[in-house]
Amino acid sequence: MAESYSGHRSAQELRIRQLRFVGRESRRFLSPLLLVAIWQIASVSGLVSARILPSPVQLAHTAWGLIKDGSLPTNLLVSLERASLGFALALVIGVTLALISGLSRLGEDIIDAPLQILRTLPALALAPLFILWFGIGEEPKILLVLLGALFPIYLNLHKGIRNIDPKLLEMARTLGLSRVQTIMDVILPGALPDLLLGVRYALGVAWLMLVVAEQVNAESGIGHMMMDAEDFLRTDIILVGLIVYGLLGLISDRLVRAGERWLLVWQMQGGTRV
Amino acid sequence: MANAGRYARMNHITSNGEEGQGQLVRERADVRISGLTKRFGDGPAVLDHLSLNIPAGEFVALLGRSGSGKSTLLRTLAGLDPVEYGDVARPTAVSVVFQESRLLPWRRVWQNVVLGQKGPEAKKRALQVLTEVGLAHRVDAWPLTLSGGEAQRVALARALVRDPSFLMLDEPFAALDALTRIQMQALVLTLWRKHQCATLLVTHDVDEALVLADRVLVLEHGKIKVDLPVRLSRPRRHAHPVFEELRSELLQALGVQNS
Repeated sequence: MAESYSGHRSAQELRIRQLRFVGRESRRFLSPLLLVAIWQIASVSGLVSARILPSPVQLAHTAWGLIKDGSLPTNLLVSLERASLGFALALVIGVTLALISGLSRLGEDIIDAPLQILRTLPALALAPLFILWFGIGEEPKILLVLLGALFPIYLNLHKGIRNIDPKLLEMARTLGLSRVQTIMDVILPGALPDLLLGVRYALGVAWLMLVVAEQVNAESGIGHMMMDAEDFLRTDIILVGLIVYGLLGLISDRLVRAGERWLLVWQMQGGTRV
Repeated sequence: MANAGRYARMNHITSNGEEGQGQLVRERADVRISGLTKRFGDGPAVLDHLSLNIPAGEFVALLGRSGSGKSTLLRTLAGLDPVEYGDVARPTAVSVVFQESRLLPWRRVWQNVVLGQKGPEAKKRALQVLTEVGLAHRVDAWPLTLSGGEAQRVALARALVRDPSFLMLDEPFAALDALTRIQMQALVLTLWRKHQCATLLVTHDVDEALVLADRVLVLEHGKIKVDLPVRLSRPRRHAHPVFEELRSELLQALGVQNS
């Protein structure tokens, strides 16, 4: 009897815990929603001028208009293309350089020093130089994204490879693993968490670089749309652009996290995030 | 392994890259060490003209205080440290189990067991040896979900799947709780009987050495100070008078006064 009683209670406890979890989750959405509501009330009641800060409802209207006349999708596509191209190049180059300098001493001596020097340059300060070199086409924008995203990827993967537990490498030696097997089974999987961390940083930097590149000089893209809106005093379009940038950052971060959950399943199930 | 034949010659590396003066030994499956000397920098010798034979299939326990050279000897035999002076000959099929399990957390248990081994039968062989160590039910688990004792059993399985002629155990149970340790000692004894490989157990634990080994060595300042055969039938009882006698002798050799 006592057993069945405790079983019953634990099922009930589980339900209470689930309810609490749902409550907690919805509470996290509550405060942002509340803020938007306050913003809307402040706008409607005339507390905030619509020229300085349009109401959320107004922004929704503007966004819908921009979608309908095709300017938001077109500009979004251009921005996405620049960001993904620059980021993809950064990923390929960064991973290649990190592998070379992480896996061989010679490679490290040749590659690491120049990269460490370049890293200290604020990449954004290169914008005027890139415009002089490459004009106002796509190249300077893609290059800025590439340059910004390259370092987090390179640095984190390089660190990950260098920080592999030497005890595991020793173990690989006693098992008679070849160099290639050691790289494939020990070094690369061991450095993967660091690479993914670098990718997450790099995505954040990539969006930042894109914003600047598109606002300095561009004829298309979300940044251009916002600069254009400035000329016509369209605060609402600028805010829509900001929201789009924010969403892009959020979505890309979520994607990497989903990738982490899939690739690092051994950490999640082990219950310890190293 | 780059070594052709069944025996590895380990004396060809010297500190300054010169050829060593040893010769290739090919005739027996014994582990044979003669005149092995090792020092780090200009410090005192960690191993001092050490000579030791371990006949095929013998279980030898190596005792010694910290810094006595136990680990250096084992690392040299495992091929992790080069032989600078002296000769070492050992079978090529060797396995090491360390104090930490050293499993790859990103590979499942069975993949860890057959790490570096090829062939379609790999999982079957992994399952077979995991059954031997009593872990068949954990074959697909991730290492981070294992307890300390389970992880060490996987490490043992990984060592055995290679069918070693010489098994080295570097304080393999030191990090386990007392009850798990007793179970693991029994398991090692069973596996050793079944596989009949020469075994070198490095340990701090005098009782563990006496329960398991055919012969107990005490290392001091890089030399073998005591070489004590244990002629007791297994399973051994701690209360046996001969056991007690050997125990005090070893403790004395280790510099611990037995009250």
